[in-house]
Order: sequence, then structure tokens, then C-alpha cells
Amino acid sequence: MSIAAATNGKRHRLVPPPSPADGALGELLEISMGPQHPSTHGVFRMNLVLDGERVVKLKPVFGYLHRNHEKIAESMSYLGSMPYTDRLDYFCSLTNNWAYALAVEKLAGLQVPERAEYIRVITAELTRLQNHACLGGFLLQDMGASGTPLMYAFREREKILDLFEALTGARMMCNYMRFGGCRCDLPPGWREQAQRLVAEFPAFLDEFEALLNENEILMARTQGVGVLPASLAVNASISGPMLRASGVNYDIRKVDRYGIYDRFDFQVPLGEHGDVYDRYMVRILEMRESLKILRAALADLPEGPIMDPKARLRGFRPKPGEAYGRIEAPKGELGFYLISEGGPHPYRYRVRPPSFINLTILEDMCLGQLVADVVIILGSVDIVLGEVDR
Amino acid sequence: MMETALRSELRKQGIFLTTLEELYNWGRKNSVWPLGFGLACCAIEMIAASMARWDLARFGAEVFRPSPRQADLMVVAGTVTKKMAPQVVRLYNQMAEPKYVIAMGACAISGGPFKQGYNVLKGIDRYLPVDVHIPGCPPRPEALLHAFMTLQQKIAAQPLTGPHRPRHLIAAAPSEYPIPEFGAHDLVPPNNPEIWQPPSITPAA
Amino acid sequence: METLAQIKARIEAAVAGAVVEMVPNDSPSGQHSLWVDNSHAVAVAQFLREDPELRFDFCSNVTGVDWPETERTEKVKTTRLVDGVETSVEEIRKTKRPGFLEVVYHLYSVALKHGPLILRLRTENRSDQVQVPSLTPVWRGCEFQEREVFDLFGVVFTGHPDLRRILMWDEFTDHPMRKDYVEPDDYEYEPTPHDEVLVKARRSGRGEAGT
Repeated sequence: MSIAAATNGKRHRLVPPPSPADGALGELLEISMGPQHPSTHGVFRMNLVLDGERVVKLKPVFGYLHRNHEKIAESMSYLGSMPYTDRLDYFCSLTNNWAYALAVEKLAGLQVPERAEYIRVITAELTRLQNHACLGGFLLQDMGASGTPLMYAFREREKILDLFEALTGARMMCNYMRFGGCRCDLPPGWREQAQRLVAEFPAFLDEFEALLNENEILMARTQGVGVLPASLAVNASISGPMLRASGVNYDIRKVDRYGIYDRFDFQVPLGEHGDVYDRYMVRILEMRESLKILRAALADLPEGPIMDPKARLRGFRPKPGEAYGRIEAPKGELGFYLISEGGPHPYRYRVRPPSFINLTILEDMCLGQLVADVVIILGSVDIVLGEVDR
Repeated sequence: MMETALRSELRKQGIFLTTLEELYNWGRKNSVWPLGFGLACCAIEMIAASMARWDLARFGAEVFRPSPRQADLMVVAGTVTKKMAPQVVRLYNQMAEPKYVIAMGACAISGGPFKQGYNVLKGIDRYLPVDVHIPGCPPRPEALLHAFMTLQQKIAAQPLTGPHRPRHLIAAAPSEYPIPEFGAHDLVPPNNPEIWQPPSITPAA
Repeated sequence: METLAQIKARIEAAVAGAVVEMVPNDSPSGQHSLWVDNSHAVAVAQFLREDPELRFDFCSNVTGVDWPETERTEKVKTTRLVDGVETSVEEIRKTKRPGFLEVVYHLYSVALKHGPLILRLRTENRSDQVQVPSLTPVWRGCEFQEREVFDLFGVVFTGHPDLRRILMWDEFTDHPMRKDYVEPDDYEYEPTPHDEVLVKARRSGRGEAGT
């Protein structure tokens, strides 16, 4: 389903588009927004220069959560870095696990058994559901809808976290995937519980969409705001829902067909205008597609082993070489680049963080916009500082 | 002091007796407003604790204040990096007394899993006095609730007079702490020696 | 996608004077890469982006790698005439590899949906000749990542529009991701120190309860 069909093609814009003539007071105001700011989604800081209410310059300042993940990983065993990947994008620990496991599997040539591939798809799509739901909540919170949408989103998130907890023992930091499979099998009754959740989730989406999609205020504040043209998006290495909201059909699940994504029938929702509203809608529509994948994966889940018999947890030393593995994480292309020198530690361990690179064009999107819209544009990028600064 | 049994007997009769101290602390402990300020992963559990399922509002603490001037409690929720530490201390200094600090999670206590990092502060107690520590990575929302209850007990037990009175009633007690500065290799100073000393273990002969 | 050898040949044909070398990768991933000389790197990057059959319009990942100077000793069997008789003798041969910093670019094509093509640029050494050309004018997505490599490895990107530290503070003078970086000693007591922490504990006279 396209965005136009989902919203009956409605477009609103109450505030006229910015023109350089208005607000030309001549005197510029410099403000520092963050690192402690209620809507910078963590410890992110922007140095803004304003002409009246309009942004004329914006420089992001990073590093307030730079906790040296890459340096620590170079003195860790390969497996020892797995729990650290949980803490990159701490909303989506399972997709982080998968990206890292995928890179190491490429480096060491491991094959993942079919059942483990299914479990990976199921947990990754559940992660996508809760990430996108919370993003919707936080975005609305930034717009001033205090509480309600975020409460609804967190209510659904808790249900998914209960599933993660039953499976992995932890709500947020799952540390679940291993090189060549998964750590443990599904507990009894888990599949049925997940199927129940998938069956009930559309009701939440219907409610959320009825409440928000055609909401006058949401449309007025987001449509035509923070427009990102497709050519710039590609050139600036933007990935994930942000790239697709600009109308570029690029989903790594379809392009790389990693795991077993070629077995599932799902669409890639695309935006037309590349504005904040399209980014919001692309995520809402993506949740519907994730539900399709989940329904099929939970129905077809085969029996079998969950670990590659060749995989070794202890004394794991891949041959010298390098590998880059990437997946379509909820925030975009999450990649891991590993160089092995044949030792127990990676010689170089690099995370390609989607939300860090997606911030490259933050200034371009905000120039000429109102300072109040900067918060919403930032919210629509969907950043998590654990991943931005690592 | 009146006996507790007698007092509860009187309450049943509709006579409410209390002390000023008790009333004052009762008011304080049930309106601890936290600073809306998250650092890392633990902040998400802090948000989860304020949502419907764990309902932090039961403790009078759901009013997350965006400004340190209006907040009573700083929940240091996550890894404090060296780049962030001066800002954390500055925010603490900007808070009005009485103020409290909860160190939430392993990172805020000691650097946690990131302890080896060159940019990670090995515990916020190197610069700030901490009232309650919560272990966990991240602590579950229940643990945060437990920390709130612990803090409430701590507030309720504070006498208003005498040497053990709370810090905000002692005129000479420090309310602000020195803000570290960025140096060429590390923060300067790397810790506040007035409130933190490295634990010294003398090797046994 | 064309094979790496074909791409190499086409680069050499299109960019006059460009020196391109294949860097093999023995791991099962089979992701081989191309080393490009610094003076032609921007032209090569532009060619890779514009060529209608390659169209590498998406620079996904930029990585710095530190290769300090290493000495490798290997035993080589050689035949030599000893007293007029050919005998095989084991020789210990020492090879010295000078240190350098490397920047790795992972390129994909969004238009043609292929990739990755891996480009490598190398600096002359690790101390004073640490310049490589910036590819930010070709791919905007390199901007922050190159700043990060500059910050953590100390590679200077010539032609970068805004080369400043990005993760560490501006007053910081070290490059912490280098292999020889020494971090500030803010070690404190740990009940069971091991590895490097144990060395630090011994040095500072603290730690190691019961010794």
C-alpha cells in the first residue's frame, strides 16, 4: 500500500514555505541545543545559528556517548563483543546481534541452519515492530503530544519485550545470536505467544493510524518539512526508512537477500516527497509488511538444529582476512567490518552505524526551517546515541 | 516522641498527630521530581518505568523536568563519558537544593562493561555524591522503583536538626562541585579528590 | 557486477596514470579490494560513480586501519651449494613492513543494486606523511566518517570541507584508535585483575589482593 492510499491522498500545509525574505532581522543568534535537551533523543548536541526563527546554520556535535566500543572490541574475543553490540542501538539489540553474527559468519565461512535463520527473521522483525512503534511515539512526543502516543507505543513494546525476555532472558540486552546460529531454542509456548501478538498487533496499528495519520496538526507540522531529495539521499549514504521515504527503492532485505528473506512475500513502502511525514508513514507501512513476514515465518518454522556443527564457541580464531557484513536494521544499513590476523581478537572491528551516517544531511534538511521544526526533523531521522557515537 | 501504637490508636479515633519533621519529610519524599535527562541504554528503562506498566507516578516522581532548576533528582541513567562529565556536573550544580543523585546501572556506578574505554568515566561518584546505586545492565524498571523507594526511606529518616540534618539545611555544606575541564589526554582533574579517593589496597607482605 | 580484474582494467584505461593494485583476501568472504594511489584517488572515485556500468553511487562505509611497523620472521627453505653438494638449508628471513595508515571505502550501487567494491587508500607513514585525498567531494556520505578517521587515527584528508575532531573534544591531542595509543591511567581497584589491568595494578602498587 502506498502512502497516498493510506491517507486518501491528503496533504496539508498551514505555514507557508520559508522564504529568505521573512525574519531577516540582520542579527544572528547562536544557540547550543543539547547535550541535555528533552528532545534530542539522548546526549546529542547541535550548534544552531538562527535568523529570527529560521535556521541559517546547523552543526551537529557528537561524542557525548563515545564509549569506545571499537577499541574495546580489538582486545576482546570475537564472541566477547557480542554483548557490546546489544548496547549500540539499544532499542534493537537483536538486529545488532544479527549484523555482527553475519559479518563473522562471512569471515569464518559458517552456515546457519534453517531453523536458526527462521528464528533470526522472527526476532529481527519483532525488533523492527517495536522500534518503529516507539519512533512514532517519540516523534509525536517531540511535536507536543505529551504522553499518549508514546504510552500506546510502549504498551506494545512491553509485549514484545516479554517475548524477548522469555526467549533470551533479558528485556533489552538480548545477546542472543551466535556465530553459526542462535544461543538457545524457543521455550515451550513461545511460538503461540508470538502468533497471538502478531494477530493482535494490527489492532494497535489501526488505532495508532486512526489517531494520527490524518491528524491536522501532525500533517501541518510534518508535511513539506525537512525535505530530502532522492539524489542527495543516495550521495550522502542515507539508508533505511529515511532513504525509502525519499522514494529510493533500496531495502537490503531485498537487495542482498541475506538470511532467508527471499522466501517471504513483502513490499517495500516508498515515500514520494521525502519529508518528515513520509518518513513517519514509511515506518507505519513497514510495520504492516513486517507483520506479513512474521505471520509466514511463524507458520513455516521448521524443526531442526539451531547451531552450525562446525561453529566453535571457544578458541575461535578465523583465518586471516576481512569481511564486511550488513543487514537492514530498523534504522538503516547496519554493517560490521572485521579484519582478522588469525588471532583470537579482531585486528580491526568497525561498526557502520546507520543513524550516525543518516545525520550527515541534518543541516541540509534544516536550513531555512523554523527552529521548532529542527526537533521534529531530528526525530524523524530516528537516532540512537549509543550507535551514533559508539 | 509519642509511641507509635498510641498514635495509630488516636488516628483510628480521628485524631491525627504528627511532627513537623515527619510532615516536612513526607511532603519532600513524595514529590521527588527527576531531571528529564538520559545518557544511554538505561534511559530507555527509565522511560519504560515512567510508562503505564510500571507507573512511576505512584511515587510522585513522574514529572520529568526538562530544566535542572525545577528538578530534585538526577538519575544518571547510562554511561558517563569524559566528554559528557563536565556537563553532568554542571547540570548538578544548576539544580536547587535539596537534590539527590541515583546512579542507575553499571556504567554510572563504575564504567560497567565500558570500563576499559579511554573516553569512559569510571563512575560518576568521582565527581558527584551519589545517594543510591542501582546495579544492572540495564537495571529493570523494578530496580529503578526500588531505588526510588530507597531514596524515599532515606529522605523520611532525615532529622531536620542536629549534625545529621540534610545538606540543604547546613549553610556551610557544599552545593556545587568543581567542573572538570578538557585536557590534552584526559579530564583535568581526573577526579574530585574531596569526595573520591581511589581505594587503596596495601599488598600484604 | 564485473570481476575485480575487469574493473581494475577499466579504471586503468579510463584514468590515465592511475596505479591500481588488487589486494587479495584469503578469508571465505572473498571480498577482495583495490588499492588506489593517492594522486589519482579522486579521479578514480569519480569514474566509479559515473561509469554507467558500475554506478557506485553509494559509499556505505569508511574505515581507518592502523598498520604499525612490523617485523616478520619466516623460515624459508632454500637450496644452496654446501661443499659442492646441493643441500636444502633453512634460512630465517626477516621482512620489515613500514608502518602506514589505511582508509577503506566500501562502495555499493543503489542504482544497479550491486556491490561491494572495496577501495583502499594508504598514507606514506604514520608520523608526518599522513595525508590521503578526501572523497567527500565525490560522496557526501564520507563527510562525518572521514572526520571520525581523522579524529581516531590521525589521517589528514586533503580537500575535506570541514576537517575537525568529531568524537573527542577539540583540546584532545591523541589518536586513540592507533595501536600504540596509551590511555590515561585512571585504573582503580578490581577484585580479580587480569591481562593488561593486572600489569597496571602491579605498576600502581594497588590491586591484586593477597599478593
